[in-house]
Amino acid sequence: MTTLSSLPSARQLDRPPDLQVNGMTKQFGRLMALDNLSMHLKSGSFHALLGENGAGKSTLVKCIMGFYQPTAGELLLDGNPVQIGNPRDAHRYGIGMVYQHFTSVPAMTVAENLVLSRFGGAGIINWKAEIEALRAFMSTSPFQVPLETPIAQLAAGQKQKLEILKQIYLHSRILILDEPTSVLTPAEADEVLGLLRQQVSAGELSILMISHKFREVMAFADEITVLRKGKFAGSGAVSELTVADMAEMMMGEQKVPTPVQKTSLPNATPVLEARQLGANKDNGIAAFSGIDLTVHSGEIVGIAGISGNGQRELVEVLAGQREAAAGEVWVNGERYTATRAEMYRHQVCALPEEPLRNACVAHMSVAENMALRTFDRPPQAKGILLLLQAIRQMAVGLIGQFSVKTPSPETPVQNLSGGNVQRAVLARELSTEQIKLLIAANPCFGLDFAAVDFIHTQIINARNRGVAVLLVSEDLDELLKLSDRLIVISDGQFTYQSQTTTAEYAAIGHAMAGH
Amino acid sequence: MQTWRRTLESLCLSFGAILVGLLLFGLFCALAGANPFEVYGLIWKAAFGSSSTFQNTLIRASPLMLSALCTALPARLGLVIIGNEGALVMGGLAAISIGLIIGTALPPILVQIAMAVAGLVAGGLWIGAAGALRHYRAVNETISSLLLNYIAIALLNHLVGGPMRDPSSLNKPSTFPLAEVNMLGNIPGTRVHWGLVYGLVACLITYFLMQRTTFGFAARTAGGNVRAARIAGLPVGKLTVMICFLAGSCAGLAGMVEVAAVQGAANESLNVGYGYGGILVAFAARHNPLAAVLISLLVGGILASGGILQRSLNLPDATVLVFQGLVFLVVLYSDSLYGKIPFFKEKPIITTSASPPASPGEEPVMTA
Repeated sequence: MTTLSSLPSARQLDRPPDLQVNGMTKQFGRLMALDNLSMHLKSGSFHALLGENGAGKSTLVKCIMGFYQPTAGELLLDGNPVQIGNPRDAHRYGIGMVYQHFTSVPAMTVAENLVLSRFGGAGIINWKAEIEALRAFMSTSPFQVPLETPIAQLAAGQKQKLEILKQIYLHSRILILDEPTSVLTPAEADEVLGLLRQQVSAGELSILMISHKFREVMAFADEITVLRKGKFAGSGAVSELTVADMAEMMMGEQKVPTPVQKTSLPNATPVLEARQLGANKDNGIAAFSGIDLTVHSGEIVGIAGISGNGQRELVEVLAGQREAAAGEVWVNGERYTATRAEMYRHQVCALPEEPLRNACVAHMSVAENMALRTFDRPPQAKGILLLLQAIRQMAVGLIGQFSVKTPSPETPVQNLSGGNVQRAVLARELSTEQIKLLIAANPCFGLDFAAVDFIHTQIINARNRGVAVLLVSEDLDELLKLSDRLIVISDGQFTYQSQTTTAEYAAIGHAMAGH
Repeated sequence: MQTWRRTLESLCLSFGAILVGLLLFGLFCALAGANPFEVYGLIWKAAFGSSSTFQNTLIRASPLMLSALCTALPARLGLVIIGNEGALVMGGLAAISIGLIIGTALPPILVQIAMAVAGLVAGGLWIGAAGALRHYRAVNETISSLLLNYIAIALLNHLVGGPMRDPSSLNKPSTFPLAEVNMLGNIPGTRVHWGLVYGLVACLITYFLMQRTTFGFAARTAGGNVRAARIAGLPVGKLTVMICFLAGSCAGLAGMVEVAAVQGAANESLNVGYGYGGILVAFAARHNPLAAVLISLLVGGILASGGILQRSLNLPDATVLVFQGLVFLVVLYSDSLYGKIPFFKEKPIITTSASPPASPGEEPVMTA
């Protein structure tokens, strides 16, 4: 094993090293996040890492960067095994990472941020010398960003360029990019990636890019490695592959979905109707627009899509967490604006993703969280008075019925494990018998097999009772298993609609990729 | 049930903070040339030593209780409101205006009720405005409520110095005095006015409101997690404005009490620091209205001892303010200790497999 002291310092690397990952395995408790994965990033190549959410891409790059210590497996740089204990080590080996989100200080200038990014340094900064050095650096760098401008005044594309510049400034030769274009417009993305491509072609850099966008991979990458459920799922040269090949590698062979017991209901009526619905992301850019959607009673409509295509915002609008920018939502033939009275009248329930963040008050007790929908009506309230005993009783009942593991109903919900928080929310949302509309988003994300099975059964049972279900998920297997009708969302538009039984697997892949 | 650990934690930290504040204050007194133990003794005697001095403490505690609620209530919604002083002044101004307009035309009890309502509404609108700005225009409620203080005090100075000035008030410009019959009397057998009962009742009611009513539940939910409140369809904006209105009305009532029971007119004595003292009380009480009653007694006692410190030890008048400030700092610091002391930690109950963090950059860098 090479020790750090005997290593060439990053400064001396005149070409990007060759990086090999051999049999990398990372286990979190019982969860196998990365299973015996190998890949090869050749010197001076642009390599894309593909896979669905939770496929293990982030885990892999975090192992390379030293954020995680792999359970097994080794890293080879130019054929020599190396030990990377933390990101600082990675930097010394010339490996740098650019994150999805910006890491610059908004109130400081570009120059200040670049100087700040350097590890350690003397206590006193000689600004004159630094600025001169930065000017010299800028004149030779692939992109130019004005040194004196505060970060807050830069456009998203320029900020992302700065993030990359920072790594080059730190003499990184291998750049790991985690969805670098997710915050950029297509034009900005093309510009940034194009400039990086030139650097790679000139043999200055190697790039390992996590991406969801086939278009960018086709246009800029040399090779791909595909991960699926923590395992190696395929690799190859981009020039020899088609989008359909890649989509197939990502999604795997079409599995026959586990049959579920579905009963068909006579006279299905439309329950949820969205008419020309549109909404913006937090930054004011349109997340989706002009969406028309109908969900009937006793029907599960699945919405598939790669994350970040507007489905999260769609769920937030329907659940009442986000204002619609355009269009209307109707439930049971009435205008629906997600007030508490309307939720109660139409019995609308929601299972959002990340339940602790979206549907629970972390420091309040399990019992109080379970009462969130019902605390203001009998039997839990009498007039304006809360009946604590009734709230507790209902919680005790639900805890038993949904086997929520909690020391007591009074325990703050944040002390529960993720799966049990999910169960607690599920218990609350599905406890009423008369529920008519259920909006679920990635309800099984991060849960173990038993919990997934339990939640699937509950959703199917609800559907069989006549509940209209809108299921948004990034897990295509889950959608194929549960939904009656499948819709694909891409870039804020529905790009594919079909009955699940007649859905074409390849077409879904294309639609998800925005082709 | 392990909640006793958490209860003990808040008790120990709150009282520990006040104790540390006392120690630091002793140090300060020693530097100022006074014997700290003598100072402690004097404060004790002046605040709680005899029934007569304790009554002084009670008189000062009652506006503190009311004004503390102005910070404690919005805190349950996750808002930091420090406009207590302004709401108190506005309440006092509204109360004296109504009192002077009605004069002796109505029986005193009705006049007092009208004055109380005026104080409640004026204070409520004052802080309600800060809440509305917060929710509808995203204006930082701490800053806006602080600035509203200055506006209220300027308005008071303008009115007592001009339009409402009683020409006979020479040294200390005041409004015309309230008719003697309309003054809020004392609790029989004491020198303590009925304002104390107002304060106690208000604290009890707000405690009940927050803990035992659907309104309080909704407010706590919205304060705990806005996203969860929205998914449950709770009207977050309406709750914000309503809670702020209630908070302001408590401080407004304090102003009415000061006018109708102590000063008999509105003058600059309205803004002598009950507003800021209320902020201290609310934080030390961890925004619990019942605890605020006890802390108000403590702070009221400290305020009551100011005169004696000056007279017997020749310490400057502002000494008690130093004390208040020190206690406030230590209390705020103690807030950061929650969950840090191993003894008070609830035992971990379930340990299941950790799932990998969602995206890079969000977790602390682990150095092996």
